[in-house]
Amino acid sequence: MNAIQVIPVNWYLLLSAVLFTIGVLGVLFRRNAIIIFMSVELMLNAVNLLLVAFSTYLSDSAGQVFVFFIMAVAAAEVAVGLAILMSVYRNTMSTDINILSKLKG
Amino acid sequence: MITQYIFYFLSFLAIMFGLMVVLSKNPIHSVLYLVLTFFAIAGHYVLLNAQFLAAVHIIVYAGAIMVLFLFVIMLLNLNKETEPHKNVWLKLSAAVAAGLLLVVMVGSLKNAEMIAATNAFDPSVGLIENLGKTLFGEFLLPFEVASLLLLGAMVGAVLLGKKSIK
Repeated sequence: MNAIQVIPVNWYLLLSAVLFTIGVLGVLFRRNAIIIFMSVELMLNAVNLLLVAFSTYLSDSAGQVFVFFIMAVAAAEVAVGLAILMSVYRNTMSTDINILSKLKG
Repeated sequence: MITQYIFYFLSFLAIMFGLMVVLSKNPIHSVLYLVLTFFAIAGHYVLLNAQFLAAVHIIVYAGAIMVLFLFVIMLLNLNKETEPHKNVWLKLSAAVAAGLLLVVMVGSLKNAEMIAATNAFDPSVGLIENLGKTLFGEFLLPFEVASLLLLGAMVGAVLLGKKSIK
């Protein structure tokens, strides 16, 4: 039994909206830069879920290929972002994003 | 209907673990909860007949990206509750802002009219054969450009990770 035949696409829209909001909440709520990164990952996954849901709903595999590209971009983003975080930590001994306000001139 | 119950269960798990990612104090716990969230989302993919994508999702996200997060957290020795917290008003305003965003999104999506599916339902759309045909036919150029992106990210990560550049 396929889910898309018994579950309306609107429910996937709502689930993705909730997951995306949790990601936004994490970015606004926390000061630890690593947690903020993970919240961004959560937002990307909310969008991925919606792309897969619509891809199955419309029987079009292009949506699932988009998800592959999003995964590649997320992997690149995490690698570079964590390297930046490491060098920030090496200089400030903290991952608190408020310290980064010193980057202002 | 059992499919609907599985959908409810997986949605509940994804939302609950997602909230735990944001709310748990210890960064290690956040990473582990995020892995569980990814497993719940992979369950959704299986439910949507995207089995190959579910496997890739587990391998790439839970297997590679989250391990990278764990490595960095343990390397930086953040596995204790050392992080400073925002004051109460900032937290409250963050929660209110996120709640308002949720209200706006749900309100605008609730009565959205769905276009009817034009293609007949095809259960094999998420299998490797169809995905490969699309990826290496229609999306060949973006696929090649993605390799450039990964190369650039690799060079950048190595350059940033070096101790000092003299």
